[in-house]
Amino acid sequence: MSLYTAETRRLGKRRFTKFLLGGVVLVLIAIAVGMFFANEKNTPATVAAAQAKADSEYQAAVRQSAQDKQTCVAAQGTPDASNWPPSCDDVYQPQTSDFQAAWYMPATFDFREQFPNMITAMAAIVAVAAFVIGASFVGAEWASGGMMNLLLWRPRRLQVLGTKLGALLVALTGLTVLLSAAWTGAFALIAGLRGSLDSMTSGAWQSILLMELRGLAVVLAAGAIGFGLASIGRHTAVAMGVAVGVVVLLQFGLYIVLSMANVGFAEVVLATTWGTAWMNKTATVTDWNSCNFSGNGGCTPDELIVNWPAAGGGLAALLVVVVGIALWTIRSRDIT
Amino acid sequence: MSAVLEIAGLQKTYRSRKGVRKALDGFDMVVEAGQVHGFLGPNGSGKTTTLRTLLGLIRPNGGRMAILGREVPQALPEVAGSVGAIVESPQFFGNFSAQDTLSLLADAGGVPRTRVFEVLELVGLRDRSKDRVKTYSLGMKQRLAVASALLKNPKLLILDEPANGLDPGGIREMRGLMAGLAESGMTVLLSSHILGEIQLICDSVTIIAAGRRVAAGSVAEVLATHASTSLRVRLEAVSDLTSSAAALRDAGAQVVVEPDHLMVSGLAQPSAVTRTLAERGVYVSELSPVTADLESVFLELTGTAPVEGSNRQVDQTVMAQAGGWGR
Repeated sequence: MSLYTAETRRLGKRRFTKFLLGGVVLVLIAIAVGMFFANEKNTPATVAAAQAKADSEYQAAVRQSAQDKQTCVAAQGTPDASNWPPSCDDVYQPQTSDFQAAWYMPATFDFREQFPNMITAMAAIVAVAAFVIGASFVGAEWASGGMMNLLLWRPRRLQVLGTKLGALLVALTGLTVLLSAAWTGAFALIAGLRGSLDSMTSGAWQSILLMELRGLAVVLAAGAIGFGLASIGRHTAVAMGVAVGVVVLLQFGLYIVLSMANVGFAEVVLATTWGTAWMNKTATVTDWNSCNFSGNGGCTPDELIVNWPAAGGGLAALLVVVVGIALWTIRSRDIT
Repeated sequence: MSAVLEIAGLQKTYRSRKGVRKALDGFDMVVEAGQVHGFLGPNGSGKTTTLRTLLGLIRPNGGRMAILGREVPQALPEVAGSVGAIVESPQFFGNFSAQDTLSLLADAGGVPRTRVFEVLELVGLRDRSKDRVKTYSLGMKQRLAVASALLKNPKLLILDEPANGLDPGGIREMRGLMAGLAESGMTVLLSSHILGEIQLICDSVTIIAAGRRVAAGSVAEVLATHASTSLRVRLEAVSDLTSSAAALRDAGAQVVVEPDHLMVSGLAQPSAVTRTLAERGVYVSELSPVTADLESVFLELTGTAPVEGSNRQVDQTVMAQAGGWGR
C-alpha cells in the first residue's frame, strides 16, 4: 500500500501531468463554451421567424417556377427548347413541404441527439492525454534512472510495475469520472439554456451512462497502452514514436495504399472506425467499388458492420499484448 | 566477525553479435560486518556489474551471493530494507526537489518521513532540499544519492564512486561520514577510483580485474603481499646513473632509471647498493626505502599502469584474455 501511495503522489506531483490535464480542461471548456454560443433555445419568436423565412422562400420559389414555365413556353420551337423539359408542365413546382420551418431554425442543442457525440469527443481528448501521461509516467522514470532507484528499494519488479500501472489507472478512472460528470452537467445546462432536455427518458440517461463507461474504458486502455509501450522501450519517446508510426503508417499510409489498390472496406484499417464502433455500438464500412444493382435502387454498395463487441475485443487484445510484453520484459531483462 | 556480504564464483556473460564477453568470471568477495571495504578495479573490470547483480538488477549466469546471511537474489525482497545502495552515477527525476525525491522513496519503502530531514542534514543538503534536482551540481546529486542510500538506516551500505564530483571539502566530509557510519556499526562497501581515499578509509579491500578477484584482505595485508619495497638511490653525479644502473643489474637488482635517480628493487640488503657502487668509485647521496602505496599495488595487479608511448584500451589488463570479447 505504501508503494501505491508513493506512486499516486509521484503521478500527482509531476508537472507534466498537471500541465497536460490543465490543457485538457481548457480544451473541454472551450468546446462547451463554443457549443453554448453556437446554439439557441427555440422560442415562439424564433419559430415564427423560421416559419416566416420558410414561407418567404416558398413564395420566391413559386415566383421563380412561374417565370421558368413562361420562359419554357416561349422557348418552344427555338434552339433554347433543348434547355427545358419536352413538356413545360414538368418544370419544377415547389411544394410547401419543401420549405419546412425547422430548416430555418437556429441551431439548438438537443441533448439526446447531440450529447453522444460530445461523449465521444471528450473520451478521445482524454484518451490522448491518458496515453501521453501513462507513457511519460513510466518512461521518464526509466530514462532518469528513477525506476532503477525504486527497484533498489523494492526489488520485486512485477509488483513495482504493476503498482505503478494500478496507481495510473485508478487516477485516470477518478479523473475521467469527474470530467464525465462535469461534462454531462455542463451540457445538460447548455441543453437547458440553449436547447432541449425534453426527450431524455430514464432509458436515454442509462444509454448515456453506458456510453460514458465505454469512454472510460477507452481512456484506461489508452493510458495502459502508453504506459506499456514506454516501459517496453524504457523511454517516453518510444510510446510516442509507436503512436506516430501507427497514425502515419496505418491511418494514412496503409489506408491510402489500400484505397489506391481499390481494396474493399479499406476504412476497416482506420482506428476511427473501431473507435466509432465501440462508442456508438456499430460502425458501417462501405466498399464504394462494389455495386449491387437493382431496378428501383440503382447501385447499392456492399457494407460491413463493425459492432462493439468486435471493437472491444480488438482493444482488449491490444491491451493484453502490450501490457503483457511490458511485464515480461521487466521480469526478464537486465536493468542497466 | 561474521560476513555481511559473500560472493562466490559469480559469473555473468554477455552475448552479442561481437561474441561472448565474460563480465564476471568466477568472482569472489567477502565483506565482514562493521568494516569499510574498498572495492577496486579499473574501468570495465566488472565492479558495477557485481554491484548490480548483487542488488538484483542483473541476473547472474552462475555463482552464489548472500547478504546478511540470506541468499540473494531469492531473499532480496526480505533483506532490501537493510541495504542502502547507490550504483554508478546518481540518477534522479530532475523536476522533483531533493525533499520530494526522498519522501517518495521513504513512502515506497515504508520509512518515516522524519528520516528524510535527518539524512538531508547529514549530507549537507538541508538548505537546498526544496530546489529541483536538475539545478544541482554533480556533487550535490552525489550527496542526494548518498542520502537516499542512508534513508533506510541500512546495515549494509553500498556506494559506487560516492566521491565522484565532490569538491575537496566534500571528499573529506564523505570520509568522515564513512568513518562515522562504520563506527556506528554499519558495514560499508565502497567502490572508488580515488585510491588514496580508499587507503585512508577502508579496513579491507577487494581488487577485481577482468571479472576476477586479483587481491583481497586488509589494506595492510594486500600492501605487504603484493608490494615490492624498492629503494630510491641518488648519486653525487647524475652522469653516473646509466653506468650505475648497469652495475646494479649485474649484481642482480631490478633497476628503473629516472631522470635524477634510480629506483632499485630485488636486493636483499640496501647495503648491497652502496657496496656495489662504491667498488666502482660512485658515491651515493641518498638511499631511502620507498613504501608502495595502494595505487601502485593496484596498477601492478591490474596491469593498468600507463606505459610511455602507448595508449591502453579499456579492456586491456593483465587478464585481458579472460575479460575481453571472444567467440
